[in-house]
Amino acid sequence: MNATNRIRLTKMLFIAPASLFLFLILIFPILYTLFQSFYNKKLTQLTPPKFVGFDNYVRALQNPEFWNSVQITVTFTVLALAMQTVLGVALGLLYHQTFKGRGLLRTLAIMPMAAAPVSVALIFVMMFNPTIGVLNYLLEQIGLPKSLWIYDSHSVVPSLALVDTWQYTPILMIMVMAGLASLPSEVFEQAKIDGARGWQTLWHILLPMLRPFIVAAVVFRLNDALKTFDTVYVMTQGGPGNSSEMLNIYLYNQAFAYFNTGYASAIVILFTLLVLLLVSLLIRGRRAN
Amino acid sequence: MGTVRSWKQPAKSWLMFAAAALISIPSLFVFYWMLIVSLKSDVDSQAYPPAFLFFEPSFKSYGDVLTETPFVKYLINTLIVSLGTVFAGLVLGLPAAYGIARWKLHAWSVGIVATRMIPGISFLLPWYLLFREFGLIDTYFGLIIAQLTICLPMVIWLMIGFFEEVPAELHDAARIDGCTEFGSFVRIILPLTRQGIAASSILSFIYAWNNFMFPIILAGQKTRTLPAAVFSAMSFEQINWANLAAMATLVTLPVLVLFGIAQKHIVAGLTSGGVKG
Repeated sequence: MNATNRIRLTKMLFIAPASLFLFLILIFPILYTLFQSFYNKKLTQLTPPKFVGFDNYVRALQNPEFWNSVQITVTFTVLALAMQTVLGVALGLLYHQTFKGRGLLRTLAIMPMAAAPVSVALIFVMMFNPTIGVLNYLLEQIGLPKSLWIYDSHSVVPSLALVDTWQYTPILMIMVMAGLASLPSEVFEQAKIDGARGWQTLWHILLPMLRPFIVAAVVFRLNDALKTFDTVYVMTQGGPGNSSEMLNIYLYNQAFAYFNTGYASAIVILFTLLVLLLVSLLIRGRRAN
Repeated sequence: MGTVRSWKQPAKSWLMFAAAALISIPSLFVFYWMLIVSLKSDVDSQAYPPAFLFFEPSFKSYGDVLTETPFVKYLINTLIVSLGTVFAGLVLGLPAAYGIARWKLHAWSVGIVATRMIPGISFLLPWYLLFREFGLIDTYFGLIIAQLTICLPMVIWLMIGFFEEVPAELHDAARIDGCTEFGSFVRIILPLTRQGIAASSILSFIYAWNNFMFPIILAGQKTRTLPAAVFSAMSFEQINWANLAAMATLVTLPVLVLFGIAQKHIVAGLTSGGVKG
């Protein structure tokens, strides 16, 4: 064996196990799903499934329930990301400063992202309770009207977005802090010498320089927000009615409650394409900047 | 980070502190509420107006959860699955991340990170069908395989950043000293990057511990993990908030402690990966 081949073999030995594993466990199932999506398979039915071509896809695209869940997913994601980006940038700028107690407060501020989503959802269910929940009690104390939170079809999606914001704003904050730390300190000095006021520095110098970091963090969160499952499933299971039935939940119900395997497979493929499309659009937008 | 001068006057330090403290209140309040509801009696936990500070604290709910439910069994299940995932994630992920960093195989890193983008539920349906065929439903092995799909790309993604920081001369020096590629990886590179390894182990552990979607489908009575157990307790025990909050606290506390300890390294790892990715 010559030297080049030996190096190539060494490279393969390092990379192959993980790559092979991911291929087998991820790519293969996706191909299997693609195959399933062309059959009218139902797990509960005994007769062998028939090949139906694109029927499952047509059914999904013509189904108002499918479009309803697309719309809810998009609304939830936009709401959650808007809140998290504004809050995350503000927190990142704040924690970039040096002040007393910064280390401890920062640790406390990022803790929500480590908590089990199921526990978080459980506590929010108690806090959202319209009659005995603590949030309505607090609203009452400061003279604001009570809300039905997750128990009303109008307020359920914003309430879920609020929970997502509570838990994942720290990710935005961490990435903004990383961005700020990587900027050359001359940027800050220069701004001071020029006598630029704080807000002008922020708006005209810092935010444009931070944009790549903010976009990276938003892409990361966008991907996760589109796939939100745990908190929604625990708190509402798509309800009331189907007013919070996001794609993930719709898909889950089709696959594991009604066992419409073929139909669910088609939605899996559509959902995966949608997520990859949105993420790649954002990444392309980032490059263009 | 600490050496960078702020762009405003440091004299405003106390104002910054006040602002940061104020903004932390909602974050902390949810944890505080979880804890105090768990320490209330059944009756107090559903009283209105709710007590914020003054009530008769009791540990009865913790006693109930630990003795009247198979909590300890679920805890052991969760530990087996989480530790198994961390171990397998390191064994597979460390060499891969090192290979990518050492030979600058960027295409591979993009491919591996892309697997993270695909919705988890996309795999769940085919896995469910395949796992049924191979008798992997309700087994630790099946759950660990499932969890690895999240943890393995994460370990690789985080570790690439740490391995890239090892100066190239070190590899070459080790090779000249007669170390094989694998020998220098194990004896020189791994000890140098142990902080990164600790951070990615803890992060994998947290993700595996908290995961809910995979166990509700792939686990059964025998291997049920804590998040799935909390969920089923919710549907059976909707009335007893104190017991539910005690369960939530017991599930969350170990992870928060781990996260608090390793927070610095995790943040460093997340940002080095995030900035490059």
